[in-house]
Amino acid sequence: MRTATTSPSERAMVHAPPRPLTHNKGVRTVFYHLMVAASALVMLYPILWLFASSFKSRAEIWTNVSALVPQEFTLMNYVNGWKGFGGITFATFYANSFFYTGVATVLTVTASAIVAYGFARIQFTGRRFWFATMLTTLMLPVQVQIIPQYIVFSQLGWINTFYPLLLPRIGGQAFFIFMIMQFIRGIPKDLDEAAEMDGCGKGSIFFRIILPQIAPAMITAAIFAFYWTWEDFLTPLIYLNAPRLYTVSLALRAFADPSGTTDWGAIFAMSSLSLAPVFVIFILFQRFLVEGISTTGLKG
Amino acid sequence: MREAISARTQPQAVRKRKRSLRHDNLMGYLFISPWLIAFFAFTLLPIAASFLLAFTNYDVLNPNWKWVGLANFERMFMQDPRYLKSLQATFFYAFIAIPLRLVFALAVAMLLNTNRRGVSGYRAAYYAPSIVGGSVAVAVMWRQIFGADGLVNAVLGTDIAWLGNPNTAIWTLIILAVWQFGSPMLIFLAGLKQIPREFYEAAAIDGANSWQQFWRITLPLLTPIIFFNLVMQLISGFMVFTQAFIITGGAPLDTTLFYALYLYQRAFVSLQMGYASAMAWVLLALIAIMTALVFRSSSYWVFYGSQED
Repeated sequence: MRTATTSPSERAMVHAPPRPLTHNKGVRTVFYHLMVAASALVMLYPILWLFASSFKSRAEIWTNVSALVPQEFTLMNYVNGWKGFGGITFATFYANSFFYTGVATVLTVTASAIVAYGFARIQFTGRRFWFATMLTTLMLPVQVQIIPQYIVFSQLGWINTFYPLLLPRIGGQAFFIFMIMQFIRGIPKDLDEAAEMDGCGKGSIFFRIILPQIAPAMITAAIFAFYWTWEDFLTPLIYLNAPRLYTVSLALRAFADPSGTTDWGAIFAMSSLSLAPVFVIFILFQRFLVEGISTTGLKG
Repeated sequence: MREAISARTQPQAVRKRKRSLRHDNLMGYLFISPWLIAFFAFTLLPIAASFLLAFTNYDVLNPNWKWVGLANFERMFMQDPRYLKSLQATFFYAFIAIPLRLVFALAVAMLLNTNRRGVSGYRAAYYAPSIVGGSVAVAVMWRQIFGADGLVNAVLGTDIAWLGNPNTAIWTLIILAVWQFGSPMLIFLAGLKQIPREFYEAAAIDGANSWQQFWRITLPLLTPIIFFNLVMQLISGFMVFTQAFIITGGAPLDTTLFYALYLYQRAFVSLQMGYASAMAWVLLALIAIMTALVFRSSSYWVFYGSQED
């Protein structure tokens, strides 16, 4: 309301330290959007540049380096890139990645939901101890586990199989267990208590009452599980040595080997393509992601 | 009549409670069994094995491995200059990238903590680099951006070998890390929304400017979240691997040979798994010490005062 009376001294205040209620709200809003949008563009520039470059011709990649719009639009990089290397196309690498990511995500999320219900809703001796132990494992560097795991898995002859990548997922993931637990705690207990009165066991309470209600938390967990597995590099690097088993991450790394191909157009094309599933999910499920991170501190 | 009923039902109720208590133990362990089994098989046993391996010269190819006591640890700190280089690179990276990342995260979170239109779009834009930042695709892209014929040189009109120069290589990785401030930003944003508006209104009435409001209200009330973010970033900062592996491979002159990268090389390239296990335990100890220090220091700077409201 003080905006109605604008004295020259107040107008000068705009340039002085900003105050909560100045009369120049419109100017400040425009200034805000200009600044925030320009910075956002800087943030996104490398990614946009990667996508743009994947459509540039072989020559243009070197002559028109920084442009975000190709002078002539070509799909040749995708055609060339898809051919892969050593006679194995990216179709194989994508099949491997989708297999690994799909199975790992389903295993991780299912197990996490089951374990979360156990911790959140069932009283049992040692519950606090095991819960604290689980949270502690979050801080463990994988390096203290991975060497003995490798030795055992290689003794079992499981190098170049997906067992070492998938088996450890049967226990769920501590982050997701914790997140789903928090979600279950928010569900009123009346329903499960009523069901228990009616003679429902813990198992059917979980499947009939809890499971349908924790769907949002499971979707969030599934998105993160998908991301982490899709982008996982260390585990496939250690266990998958045969190119026909390579995931997209491994294939990209081999493809972009400095001593090998220098067809940067093809590399850009395959890199862009590998990010496509990540961005599609991001755009479709942004709400779940933001909630997941904001409430439990999951890292992206 | 009433007494009769209670007399009849009471023993039954007691019996039922007892049975359900036992039943709970069984069901409780049944439900957490997937985690419990995986914990023993893939975490606890490997950790125990890793601890024992740390005192051996075990090597997959060498059947004559033996117990070597503390020799691995001695070698690390006395006879392995590359190890010391890796420590140096990791600490340098962590001490610069983590504070910068948190500063950017907080600054952008404060910018986006408004009801203006389009904020959710901006939030998505600032967060986007973080969801792809750990991928091989972005690492490969980064190598090209900072390459000799790359984007940075093209834009700046320079001809600098960013990745080949020992003074600049690690900075390309630091920039990559800072670029991905999305997760702490979202956590800060959630924290900022918790601060009651009345605090700022009261401060404004008392004549506090935005700068004073930031230092006296926002920052103190955010310290628990800064603390949380710091711990999380510290843990992941010491384990950074993929980006260095792809972008620099530890070169030049081992200036980007991060701890996890050197450990990988020792374990899976030179196959010195005993030595690498010892390195893994020192890494665990370092992370534990750093986390403990942050926890210890928290009583001096983390503000847990919700008594006001």
